[in-house]
Amino acid sequence: MEIVLSLAIGILTASGVWLILRPRTFQVIVGLSLLSYAVNFFIYAMGRLQVDAPPIVDSIGAADPARFADPLPQALVLTAIVISFAMTALLLVVLLASRGLTGTDHVDSQEPD
Amino acid sequence: MGGWTDHLIVAPVLVPLAASAMILLLKERNQKAKRAIGIAATFLLIVISVLLLGNVVAASLEGEPSTRAYLIGNWPSPFGIILVVDWLSALMLVLTSILGFTSLVYALARWDEAGPRFHALFLLQLVGLNGAFLTGDLFNLFVFFEVLLAASYALLLHGSGATRVKAGLHYVSINVATSLLFLIGAALIYGVAGTLDMADLATRIPAIAESDLALFQAGMAVLGIAFLVKAGMWPLGFWLPQTYSAATPPAAALFAILSKVGLYAVLRVFLLLFGTEDSPMPNFGEEWLLYGGMATIAFGTIGVLACRTLSRLAGFSVVISSGTMLAALGSGEGAVLGAVLFYLVSSTLALSAFYLLVELVERQEAGLVAPTGIEPVFDDEYTEAFDAGEEGEVGIVIPATIAILGGGFIFCSLLLAGMPPLSGFIAKFAIIDGLLSLEDRIPVSTWSLIALIIVSGLATLIATTRAGIDLLWTPSDKPQPVLRLAEAVPVGLLLLLCLALMAFAGPVMTYMERTGQSLEHREGYIQSVAGASRAGRADPR
Repeated sequence: MEIVLSLAIGILTASGVWLILRPRTFQVIVGLSLLSYAVNFFIYAMGRLQVDAPPIVDSIGAADPARFADPLPQALVLTAIVISFAMTALLLVVLLASRGLTGTDHVDSQEPD
Repeated sequence: MGGWTDHLIVAPVLVPLAASAMILLLKERNQKAKRAIGIAATFLLIVISVLLLGNVVAASLEGEPSTRAYLIGNWPSPFGIILVVDWLSALMLVLTSILGFTSLVYALARWDEAGPRFHALFLLQLVGLNGAFLTGDLFNLFVFFEVLLAASYALLLHGSGATRVKAGLHYVSINVATSLLFLIGAALIYGVAGTLDMADLATRIPAIAESDLALFQAGMAVLGIAFLVKAGMWPLGFWLPQTYSAATPPAAALFAILSKVGLYAVLRVFLLLFGTEDSPMPNFGEEWLLYGGMATIAFGTIGVLACRTLSRLAGFSVVISSGTMLAALGSGEGAVLGAVLFYLVSSTLALSAFYLLVELVERQEAGLVAPTGIEPVFDDEYTEAFDAGEEGEVGIVIPATIAILGGGFIFCSLLLAGMPPLSGFIAKFAIIDGLLSLEDRIPVSTWSLIALIIVSGLATLIATTRAGIDLLWTPSDKPQPVLRLAEAVPVGLLLLLCLALMAFAGPVMTYMERTGQSLEHREGYIQSVAGASRAGRADPR
């Protein structure tokens, strides 16, 4: 479980970093999206990995923290997903505007000579 | 204190939020109502923030703790969302609301018609700024950062055009990536310390296991990078001058405080968590701030000398001012803190006024009475703003425009360069004085910092003088530009505030020093937040 998650975070981050260093705007956006997935996994991992554990404490069972998953990182991830989704949408609009105004999809709005 | 004044703390976030929601409901063409709501909301913000500041001072005079915490949702700290107002937040709130008001008044002259939904976005930007200054929780700091960034993306693109879209593309990409760094830092801190509430975090740091300390430091460093990108520290701040110069003037004038948000976060988080000597990592990251700040000043100085347009000059002045504050913070706390805060207020006001003036001066140079039209990007875009009513609405023509522009320009240059007798000089003098009285033996780094501060002032003076001669002094046969009252008043107001800073430097400095002390004495903050009382259920308010 741990190795799968860390591999996923590592591969997503590596691809994301490579893509945001590329010269085309669409590659940058895909790179940022991949990075945000990696970060979301990372936040999730920071709440410790647990299988088959609910994030909500029930009133019957004794309050034994080992039986429950940490709910806070899940709430944080939810917020982070929403925000990065909105930002990606906004970036897409800026990309289209830039493509429309300059006629190129290069990040510097002009083709290198 | 009690009753409604307790709830005043949440008002700086709620008032602009409600106002911008109201504006969104109005028809796009109903400019008058939107302007009225916008101006009323920003004016109300000034009143509220001055009241909050007065409460802080009054509480301190009565010997009560001046830090006040507000529990949103009435969950006890550290579980709930918390807003905290103390000396520093109250000061930043007042500064933000003043900049918000003046920039919005300036925008009324013509810029708010350059594109759709200016007023709503402007108010949302204020929501984000005020929230970031008030929050007592790292994750909410992130959320409010995103609110202010999202609004700033749109404000930067306001008015459209190829330059703005190009700058916007870079700005948005860089800030989205930075936000991810912020999240990584916050997640690491949560993973190690188990909390994101800043006051709670400060009490938990001594208990962190030796083996986890490196991980915690890594988290703080990543978080620090996220803040420093916003503050524009070299080499993380190359985006700043070109972005700010591409923005419309009222947006840029408000952006003058955007880079100070990063600085505020550094001040707040790092002083609260690492201020005292008995924490396991005293003065964490201090050298980075010192040397990074010095490199920033040097970069800004070279940039100021090299740039050819006034708006870029203003951008590099922002860089210099960030660098000065970062380096002064890094060289040591205590005596310098009050001076740094004084410099923060003075330079933010001056830069904001400068951004507003730059456009007036450059417009005169270009001989344009109205800014050039905008190109539509999408089919359904609303672009008819400029043709409507541009002729009919003449405004009051102020005589001797050049004299006013020139006077304001000289005033701004002196403020930015830090020449006597204006407040810029007092601030720089206080910083240098504080640096010299830190220790008996002054290290080489402090000497070089002082030299850099003085040289950067000289460079600013040279650059502004050169530009001033070019733009204002040389006789030109172009028609006299029309200066509207709505454009002249905000600039005058900002400069008047700088004058007031100079005239009342004594009391203002006392406030700043008191703020510095409150940042040093972090127990006051921690106790106020941890001991914030919940509103009782028997007491429905």
